[in-house]
Amino acid sequence: MEQNSFLLQISGLSKSYSGVTVLKDVSLCFGKASIHGLIGENGAGKSTLIKCLNGITRPDRGTFLFDGQPYHPSVRRALSLGIVTIPQEFNLASSLSIRDNIFLGCELRRAGFLDHGAMRRRCNELLESLQCDLCADTEVSSLSIAQKQLVEIARALNRDCRLLIMDEPTTVLNPPEVNNLFRIMRGMRERGISMIYVSHKLGEVKEICDNVTVLRDGELICQTPISEVDVKEMANRMVGRELKGIFPEKRKVSADAEILLDVDQLSQSDRVKDVSFTLRKGEILGLAGLGGAGRTELAETLYGVRRKKSGRIFVAGKEVRLNSPSQAVRCGIAYLSEDRQKSGIIQDFGLDMNISLISLLKYCRCGFINKSVELKQAGMYRERFRIKSPSLTSPIRELSGGNQQKGAIAKSLDAEPRIFIFDEPTRGIDIQSRGEIYQFIHSLASEGMACIVISSDLEELIGLCPKVAVMREGSFAGFLEDEHINEKEIMYLATGVK
Amino acid sequence: MSEKSSGIVPLKKTDWKTFIAAGRPFIALVLLLLVCMISSEHFRSPQNLINITRQVACTGIVALGMTMVIIAGGIDLSIGSLMALAGVSAVMVMGQISDPCLAVCLAMLVSLSVGFFGGVINGMIVTLGKVPSFIATLGTLSIFRSLALWMADAGTLSSNNDIFRAAGNFYIFGLPLATVCFILLALVFGVLLKQTSFGRHVCATGSNPKAAQYAAIRIDRVRFGTYALAGLTAGIAAFLFSSRLNSISSTDAGLSYELDAIAGAIIGGTAMNGGRGSIAGTVAGVLILGIISNALDMWGAPVNLQGAVKGLIIIIAVFVQRQNNE
Repeated sequence: MEQNSFLLQISGLSKSYSGVTVLKDVSLCFGKASIHGLIGENGAGKSTLIKCLNGITRPDRGTFLFDGQPYHPSVRRALSLGIVTIPQEFNLASSLSIRDNIFLGCELRRAGFLDHGAMRRRCNELLESLQCDLCADTEVSSLSIAQKQLVEIARALNRDCRLLIMDEPTTVLNPPEVNNLFRIMRGMRERGISMIYVSHKLGEVKEICDNVTVLRDGELICQTPISEVDVKEMANRMVGRELKGIFPEKRKVSADAEILLDVDQLSQSDRVKDVSFTLRKGEILGLAGLGGAGRTELAETLYGVRRKKSGRIFVAGKEVRLNSPSQAVRCGIAYLSEDRQKSGIIQDFGLDMNISLISLLKYCRCGFINKSVELKQAGMYRERFRIKSPSLTSPIRELSGGNQQKGAIAKSLDAEPRIFIFDEPTRGIDIQSRGEIYQFIHSLASEGMACIVISSDLEELIGLCPKVAVMREGSFAGFLEDEHINEKEIMYLATGVK
Repeated sequence: MSEKSSGIVPLKKTDWKTFIAAGRPFIALVLLLLVCMISSEHFRSPQNLINITRQVACTGIVALGMTMVIIAGGIDLSIGSLMALAGVSAVMVMGQISDPCLAVCLAMLVSLSVGFFGGVINGMIVTLGKVPSFIATLGTLSIFRSLALWMADAGTLSSNNDIFRAAGNFYIFGLPLATVCFILLALVFGVLLKQTSFGRHVCATGSNPKAAQYAAIRIDRVRFGTYALAGLTAGIAAFLFSSRLNSISSTDAGLSYELDAIAGAIIGGTAMNGGRGSIAGTVAGVLILGIISNALDMWGAPVNLQGAVKGLIIIIAVFVQRQNNE
C-alpha cells in the first residue's frame, strides 16, 4: 500500500510503567475508512496503546503519523485531529440532556449566548443520521446503556471524528443492539471514518472488522486482513498456544438428585413475574434473555437485595425468607454480581480482606480478627484459583479483571454456599481466565453445588450449561435442554419472534 | 512466566511508597515538633507539652468518633452542638442533687447518654430516613444547640461541686485526666477500627457501599453504629470539658469543634469520601493542629490570624495527599 493511504501510522511505540514493560516496540498502520479489530488478553497492552494514541499517557518511545503529518499525542491535539475515544464507562453528564452532552465543551454560541435552536437542529440531524428515535432534550440519565452509546457516537460525529476508538462497545449490549451498532459502524465507514474496535468477542471482530491486530504481552503478534484468520486462529494467537475447547465436558445430573432450590411463582415488582423453577444438587442452569428481561432482578431477589412481592422460595425443602443478603448467605446462597467494580469487590482492600468480607465472623476470635488465619485462607484461594497478585494485601484494584473476578468468586465461596448464582461471570475477561472460570463452575457443580449462570454470551451458555432457561419480559419463556440449546432457539424464546 | 505457578510477584517498590504515604502525617508531626522545640525554649518545657495534650484532648476525642463516621462514608456536623447539649444537661442534673459524689456520677452518666442518644438520632435520620448525612447533621447541629440554649437560657451554667472541679484538674502519672482519656480512647478506637469485624465493615461500607451490601454487610447498621459512637465521644468530651472549666456555656461550648475534628481527621489522612483512614493518623492530625496554635501563641502571632494558618494547613494536607493518590 502507498504511504498516504494510511490514516495513522505508529512506529516503535514503547511504554513501561515503573519498570514493567507494557508495550514493546509496536509498529502499526491503520487505513482510511476501515474498521480495525484490536484484540488481546487483559494486560496485553490494548488500553495502553489506546491511551498513548489519544494522549492520556505519554509513550516512552515511538512516533505517530496522522494523515501523513507527524502527530504528538495530547488530549487536545487528538480531539482537534478528530481522534475520539468512547471508553467502556461512558463520559456523559447524566443530569444533562442529550443535546447538552453532544455539545459539551464545543457549545454553539450566538452573540455570546448559547444558541439552543442551532444546537437542537444539529443534534436532531445527528440522531437522525444514526437512525435512532431519540429526542434532543431527553435527559441522559433516563436512557438505556445502548442509547447512551448512541449519544457518545453522535458526540464523536459532531466533533468531525476521523478515527473513532471504541473500547469493548458490545459487552453491555444484547444481540439486536449489537446488530444496530454494527449497522451504524458500517454507515460511518462509508462516510470515511476509521474505527478501532477493541473487543474480547472474537466472533464479532470477525463479523465487523476489515483488519485485526493481535497484541500479546505488549508485543505485536500480527496485523492481518480479517479474511485471513478465523476465530479459532485469533484466539490461538492471543494466548500463544493451541486453545483446546475452553468448555469442560457437560455432565448429566441424575433425576433423583436432591432439589436444593425450589422457586414457586416468584414475583418482584414488574421486572420478575411469576417465575417457577427447581434447581438440583450439582446442576448448572443457564439463564438467557435480552438486557432488561429480568435475569439480574431475579438473581437479586433470590439474594435478598430486592424484596419479592409474592411467591415462595424453598432451599433444601425448607421455605425461607430472603429479605437481605445476609439472610441469603445464611441459607447458603452466593451471588457473583454482574458489576464487579461497583458491587463485586472493594477496590481499596487487598485480596485477603476481600475474600474474608462475607465470612468475616469465621475469622474472629472474641470479636477480634485473626489476621494470620485470614491470610492463610486467602493464600489457599490464591493457589487454588491461580490468582496473580503482587501480594495478598496489595489493593485488588491493581489486579487485572480476570484476577479480580477470581477474587470475587473466592469471596463468595468462602461463605460456603450450596447455591451459587453467577451473573455474567466472564464479562470483560480474557480467554485464559474465562476457561479457568468455566472449570471452576464445572468443578463446583461436580462437588454438589447448584449453579445458575446468567449470561448474555450465548456461546458461554451453550458451551457450559446442560439446561438453559430463557427469560422474556420478567417471566420464563421456556427451558431448553441438551441438543436443543442453540442460538436460534434461545433467541426465539428471548425475543418471542421467529 | 515463572510467576504463574506461585502467583507471587514481589514488588517492594510500591510497599515503600505506600509506607511513606501512610506515614506522612507522622513525619509532618515530628518535623513540626522539632522546629518548635528548637525555636522556643518555652515550647519544649514539659509543662507546655502536657498543656498541649490537654488542649487537644477534647477535640481529639471527638475527632476519633468523627474519623469512624467519615471512613464509613458520612459526616457529622452536629458533634459540637451535641457537646454543648450533653454538657448543659450534665451540669443541670448535677445542680439538682445534693450528694456531691452521686451528683458527679449521675452527671457523667447523663453526659454520656445524652451524647449517645444524640448520635442515635443522627444515625436514625441518616439510615432510616435516608437523609444525606451532611443535611441530617446540619439540621441536628441547629436543633442540639438550640435545645442547649433553651435549657440554659442562653447563659453559662456553673457547678459548685468540688468533686467535679477536682476531676477536671485531676492528674494521673503527671498527665491530666482529659489526656489520659484521649490516649485510652484512641487505643480503643484504633483496635476497633483495625482488629474487629465492625471496623472492617466500616471501611468496606465507606469504600464501596454497594459491594459491602452484596457481601451481606448490614451497611445501615454499620453507619448507624458510627453515628452512635461519634455521639458517645461527644458526651465524653462534654463531661471532661465542663469539669475542666467547672462550668458550661450554652453559647460557646463545643463551638466549631466539629470543624476541628474533621480537620484533624483529614490532616491525618482520612479520605473525605470514605473508605480510608486511621486512628493514629487522626491523633497526629489533632496534635499538629494543637501544636500550631500553641506555637503561634508563643510567637505572638495575632490571635485573629490563627484561623488562617489552620485553614492553610488543612488545604496543604489535602493537597499533598491528592498528589500522592494520582
